[in-house]
Amino acid sequence: MKIGIPREIQASERRVACTPDEARKLSKLGHEVLVETGAGQEAGYSDAAFTEAGATIINDTTELWSQAEMICKVRAPQRNESIGRDETELLDAGKILIAMLAPAQSEALLKDIAGRGATAMAMEAIPRISRAQKMDVLSSMANIAGYRAVIEAGQHFGRFFTGQITAAGKVPPAKVLVIGAGVAGLAAIGAADSLGAIVRAFDTRPEVKEQIESMNAEFLLLDFAEDGSGEGGYAKVMSEEFIAAEMALFAEQAKEVDIIITTALIPGKPAPKLITREMVESMKPGSVIVDLAAEMGGNCEVTVPNEVVRHGDVTVVGYTDFPSRMASQASQLYATNVRHLITDLTPEKDGVLNVNMEDEVIRSATVVKDGEITWPPPPVKLSAAPKAKPKAAAPVVETPPKNRAWITVAGMAVAGIAILAMGSVAPPSFMNHFIVFVLACFIGWQVIWNVTPALHTPLMSVTNAISGIIVIGALLQVASPGWIGVVLAVIAVTIASINIAGGFLVTQRMLKMFQK
Amino acid sequence: MNSGFVIAAYILSSILFILSLGGLSHQETARRGNLYGIAGMTIAIVATLLSDQVGNYALIIVSMLVGGTIGAWLAARVEMTAMPELVAILHSFVGLAAVLVGFATYIDPNNHFVGVDKTIHDVEIYLGILIGAVTFTGSVIAFGKLSGRIGSRALILPARHWLNLGILVVCIWLGKVFLDADGTASGMWPLLLMTALALAFGVHMVMAIGGADMPVVISMLNSYSGWAAAATGFMLSNDLLIVTGALVGSSGAILSYIMCRAMNRRFVSVIMGGFGTTSSSGGGGGEEQGEVVSISAEDTAELLGGSDSLVIVPGYGMAVAHAQHAVSELTRKLRDRGVNVRFAIHPVAGRMPGHMNVLLAEAKVPYDIVLEMDEINEDLGSTDVVMVIGANDIVNPSAIDEPDSPIAGMPVLEVWNARTVIVMKRSMASGYAGVENPLFFRENTRMLFGDARDSVESIFANLG
Repeated sequence: MKIGIPREIQASERRVACTPDEARKLSKLGHEVLVETGAGQEAGYSDAAFTEAGATIINDTTELWSQAEMICKVRAPQRNESIGRDETELLDAGKILIAMLAPAQSEALLKDIAGRGATAMAMEAIPRISRAQKMDVLSSMANIAGYRAVIEAGQHFGRFFTGQITAAGKVPPAKVLVIGAGVAGLAAIGAADSLGAIVRAFDTRPEVKEQIESMNAEFLLLDFAEDGSGEGGYAKVMSEEFIAAEMALFAEQAKEVDIIITTALIPGKPAPKLITREMVESMKPGSVIVDLAAEMGGNCEVTVPNEVVRHGDVTVVGYTDFPSRMASQASQLYATNVRHLITDLTPEKDGVLNVNMEDEVIRSATVVKDGEITWPPPPVKLSAAPKAKPKAAAPVVETPPKNRAWITVAGMAVAGIAILAMGSVAPPSFMNHFIVFVLACFIGWQVIWNVTPALHTPLMSVTNAISGIIVIGALLQVASPGWIGVVLAVIAVTIASINIAGGFLVTQRMLKMFQK
Repeated sequence: MNSGFVIAAYILSSILFILSLGGLSHQETARRGNLYGIAGMTIAIVATLLSDQVGNYALIIVSMLVGGTIGAWLAARVEMTAMPELVAILHSFVGLAAVLVGFATYIDPNNHFVGVDKTIHDVEIYLGILIGAVTFTGSVIAFGKLSGRIGSRALILPARHWLNLGILVVCIWLGKVFLDADGTASGMWPLLLMTALALAFGVHMVMAIGGADMPVVISMLNSYSGWAAAATGFMLSNDLLIVTGALVGSSGAILSYIMCRAMNRRFVSVIMGGFGTTSSSGGGGGEEQGEVVSISAEDTAELLGGSDSLVIVPGYGMAVAHAQHAVSELTRKLRDRGVNVRFAIHPVAGRMPGHMNVLLAEAKVPYDIVLEMDEINEDLGSTDVVMVIGANDIVNPSAIDEPDSPIAGMPVLEVWNARTVIVMKRSMASGYAGVENPLFFRENTRMLFGDARDSVESIFANLG
């Protein structure tokens, strides 16, 4: 199947839906990749690199759309001014479009696509289940956004992140507050921490406490019993009392910290306003707020989407295109996500696409199927939290220690009586040998327990060699009268000698290998 | 040479043998220990040759030279991956020698025992031959299984426990007939018959034991070969043989115990055999386990290059693929780059106690980064990457999570606690225990399919 990669037309979009690496992998699945001239330019992937990876470069936008049977984009279709047509109009019946379509917010777009009789898959609609993690663009893009948020903050924050004591005086470390510990939040925590800042984080879902702490940040605990975990691992709207307590906490923190990064989003709702105008004004001069929720209205009251504004002495960054600001990396991750989806769509690896609506991942991602709107999908059986397993049945009741002691004593008594009984019938000459035998067993027991497990193989080969001592028994027989006895003894001497030589030499060979 | 001198020499030998085993407690002293063993053996043989009872020197020297040459040749050419086979075949020699010496002693007309002494002597001969015969055929079968000449699946005959019991009863009865016999000739047939039965029993016993239980079998046969030597010692009234046999016997017994504990299996149930075939209820109860995520060698190389700590868990698959040298090269390269590479060895990894250690030592992996399960299990949680090479059951989480699993309760390496686990495997087949491994379906697990050596070499090449 021919997969077309058009150039993104939105002005601020620098990403591309495929990279040369992924193009190579797609061709292994039996697909042919067509790339519009300059599609990867902004992301640092030249046409030449695509050609080298086996993709075909096509100059004309219309040509690309008409040749390709599947189109992979980053942004949703929109009007292409250079050719004066809407991208949806280029999408012919029976074709498949994969992009970030934001289906919940773009009913009109879905209708348009359905009108063309095409199929559309929204990358954001892929359910967040373990199996689909490899196609989860929300996570892969949020990860970049979180990292980039710290870098952007650093750009506008005129100080060090890390604390230093220099000859010219002491530099205190920056204090960073991250609100919302989803993928973006955790990425921001990680980036800020590795720059040396003191990081604090807040989230309404108590189960992320561990994740925050694992990233070396301090979890700000709200003394309030309410769980903010919503369906599918997302947050939900909290009660008024909770929000009041939360706001008090933020107000207090705002006075202390230098940088606030907010990532609080609730699916399908405008972003909650967490940082009020007063809080911004209470911050230290030079402080920075990066609002990752700007696209959904922002977590901060003074945020202006797509812009950096100065509110008094505080800088508020409201960019909505963080992933695009790291276009090369973001394209690579996005392209990998897309490729994984295409892999699932091509189960036979023969270039034949199968939009299998029985597969819950594909079903959820497909928002328009052959001209019919299939959004929203039926709910997916979520397994974000591990299933509560029935507790293992109590292990077999162990013998109480007291009983064990009795068993030991009884065993020893039996063994003692047996030995005494044997002594009463056996002649002293036998009992002398028996003493030697029993003592040797005990010595063996003591010595062998000290052998390090690493040397168990040499132990076996050396005991092999030592048990060749049986040669002595054979040696004593060689001189015996009667030819049968001599023959038996000679064979025994020969094979016992194999043991002795073989065992010792192979042990020596092995032990030489053990070296530091 | 008088017998007092010989006995004194035997005392020296005994002490040297004990020191030899004691030396194996540390890598530093192990080689000296082996030299003690050689010295002890030399003293014992020389002293015996000098004693009054020994003649026919030409014959002795020729047969010792022949045997010694064969042994040296075997020792020099055996590959480290084939060590279990060598050990098994050497066990069989001890068993065979015990049988031969037993018969030779029995027909020796120089023995004139009467009364209780005669009974005891006969019992000793009988037991010596019995144990020797079982050791002999058992080890031969073990050798066959380990070298792949015989299928490693457990052979389960119907009513096999009754069969074994029958053999035991018949052997006891034959023993009574043997003791009641009033001449060498009339005692011979029960003795021969018993030998045949014991040989058959040895075959049957090891045939019934599956491949995964081989470490136990090898150690058990090690123990038997020791008891055979000890029985021979009683037969000949030779304390050196008794001491040595007891040392070897208890050594093998302890190893068997350690192996059984590592598999959480009872010794008796291993001996009864049939592991891997009786476990019809594969853990997981047919539940859909999810999807495995595979990874390429290039991506693995990238992952390893970017990690701080790596723990490698080798298993029998590494031995089969002869991957230890490639693994060692990779280890060296990563260590040069500052990656903290360590090895985690499960007690029953491989087909013989300590098998993995020997292979890694052969490939010149420093032994101080090769750790035991108990030493490293705690650290796995803070490890970036764990690479499992050809191991399966020893990293199976169902041993801990699923009380119904056939391997429940077996101590395992908890590799799933690491950030990422890379499992190198030929295919999705289950391990020797025949149990599904949920590890492969974990979120942080990546499967690298293919021959272990090719994969490791490819990772090495891609590290650049």
